[in-house]
Amino acid sequence: MHTKRSTPWLYLGPALAALTFFLIYPSINTIYLSFLDRSSERFVGASNYVYVFANRTMLTALRNNTLWVLIFTPLTVFLGLILAVILDRVEYETTIKFIIFMPMAISFVGASVIWKFVYAYRPPLAPQIGFLNAFCGILRLSPVPWLIRKPWINNFCLIAVGVWVWTGFCMVILSATYKGLPRQLLEAARIDGANEWKIFWKIIFPLMMPTITVLITTQVIGVLKVFDIVYVMTNGNFGTEVIANRMYKEMFNFRNFGRASTIAVVLLLLILPMMLVNLWRFRREGVR
Amino acid sequence: MGKKILVFSLTMLLIGVVAAGAFAEQKTVSILGVWGGGERDAFMKALEPFEAATGIRVEFTGTRDLPAVLTTRVAAGNPPDISALPNPGQMEEFAKIGELVDLSTFMDMSKLQSDYAKTWLDLGSCKGKLYAIFISADLKSLIWYSPKAFADAGYTVPETWDELIVLSDKIVADGKAPWCIGFESGAASGWPGTDWIEDIMLRTTESAVYDKWVNHEISWTSPPVRRAFELFGQIARNENYVYGGTAAELTANFGDAPDALFTSPPSAYMHRQATFIKSFILKHNPNLVPGIDFSFFPFPPIDPQYGTPALGAADMFVMFNDTSEAEALMRYLATPGAQEIWVAEIGKLSANRRVSQGAYPDELTRKAAQILANAKTFRFDGSDLMPASVGSGSFWTGILDYVGGENLDIVLKKIEDSAVEAYAK
Repeated sequence: MHTKRSTPWLYLGPALAALTFFLIYPSINTIYLSFLDRSSERFVGASNYVYVFANRTMLTALRNNTLWVLIFTPLTVFLGLILAVILDRVEYETTIKFIIFMPMAISFVGASVIWKFVYAYRPPLAPQIGFLNAFCGILRLSPVPWLIRKPWINNFCLIAVGVWVWTGFCMVILSATYKGLPRQLLEAARIDGANEWKIFWKIIFPLMMPTITVLITTQVIGVLKVFDIVYVMTNGNFGTEVIANRMYKEMFNFRNFGRASTIAVVLLLLILPMMLVNLWRFRREGVR
Repeated sequence: MGKKILVFSLTMLLIGVVAAGAFAEQKTVSILGVWGGGERDAFMKALEPFEAATGIRVEFTGTRDLPAVLTTRVAAGNPPDISALPNPGQMEEFAKIGELVDLSTFMDMSKLQSDYAKTWLDLGSCKGKLYAIFISADLKSLIWYSPKAFADAGYTVPETWDELIVLSDKIVADGKAPWCIGFESGAASGWPGTDWIEDIMLRTTESAVYDKWVNHEISWTSPPVRRAFELFGQIARNENYVYGGTAAELTANFGDAPDALFTSPPSAYMHRQATFIKSFILKHNPNLVPGIDFSFFPFPPIDPQYGTPALGAADMFVMFNDTSEAEALMRYLATPGAQEIWVAEIGKLSANRRVSQGAYPDELTRKAAQILANAKTFRFDGSDLMPASVGSGSFWTGILDYVGGENLDIVLKKIEDSAVEAYAK
């Protein structure tokens, strides 16, 4: 069997062309635009980048994205893990899992609208239509304007919506891995006298580590791009701005193409390391 | 078998020819606007005579995110034939990049000049060319109240700013809230506050200074702007003045806010908003009678020498594609006939001199039309004339930050910074 040197390229060709056209060309063009002015006419050097790292609203956005990564990611993954392990021992496992997974079927916009009602605020003596504030009323606490209390409460309230949506997803993935673990190992540990706590940390957790890492990286990538929840619930007001929402505003509301491209490039640079970690893991596992 | 296939193909071919003929026959005009619900229905009704007379079908698409959708479609080379814009700022941006059709090329200019006041034609022009026609206007300088609630409590309509503050204090002393305010409006939150600032500006300084402010020829940190914010803050930042305090003010939807006037007993007594709020009030409280259960008085003068100017907004149409159908529709929209249907349905005011007073649905709307017609000074909503990153960007967030308790210097500095960039071309 003799293959010509060009044969592999022939097979690769269509995929490469598609990749160039849909991925590489737009990326390079975006990087190019990020050095031009609002209408992509004049070269402005690095001034758009200076804006991204010096403007107060952009700094708030960067801070909030960090907050999302640091709170949203561990919460969804660990809640998912705990649910996966605990629900395995419960009789109504499928029903409960179905309920927890259900938010996943709702769009982010839908979820945000639902939660906007949960957080709704009315003046103290008026009837509270928001679930949380109605609850506060039962406890004889005064209502809280959840979505405008900056800088922490409103951000946590938004992150809670994300957690509500994504925990079910993490739970399902982790549960599948958990059920695939060799049962003999767990039984052997039990016979050797290990308690459930030890089994979880010394056996289950390390065995599930590859899945957890993949989940963490995908969640970080996803959450860096968070947009819908913030756009619908606060539109980035009251110190809740995030990078993607800022990009949308600069691009579509303010028609500042240079700045929007710059924010896109910065977002890409933030996500890139996480993608490399993922690639590196895949490669290592492939070798093994 | 072969015969069957032949018959089938011939039938399909015939259907195809007939269908193609039908499609070719139907002429259409596409319009992009912001209206949905009742407003959309009213507009479609105004178009019915046009469709019936010409056989041209009008395809109307409404979106609240008009700037984004329109920008994208224009950039993609696929603009709608006609677009209903809520502000001249955007018209100017599209006119400058040469996307709009000069209306004077096909419309009867002398007729337009006799139908419309010069202000309206100027607002629809850019660099000496006419790009937009106005079909209706909204008057913004109004304070809504319930005459019944005022009579029950023994309050009288204030005629100056000082009287307004005295009345507010009196209502507070009676253990009630004088004002209900709502700044929440989804992605546009904060805009109702910009109207307050503009109304106050017009009453505390020359209209020439107002124009300079709109064109950023004076700084946001200059005394007239600062004073307007301070007077606004005197009401909007006062926890006792506003029903539910600033927390309710920032979270309440602008359309829901006036409901506090009509609770029993009233939760608040006054609400500053444009003419269009009437449709919200009636939708939420269908039993109320305009003019009896609720009414309005003009936003009172502050510094006597500047009187009671009118602040307003308007709905305008611009044309992107020069087709004969679109031209016909633009000509139709400029007629008093079309506009009479529209204002009668929706309760907006007309910008056209030939629209008769009888077209208005009630006394209240006629009263607003009179205020608009008699105002010595009329100014268009300033935030709508500013570049988007200020007028629908930092100005909106500035209002929210200021009401939320942020220091005024910081708020104004932030807006000024964004303005310096936005106006530099």
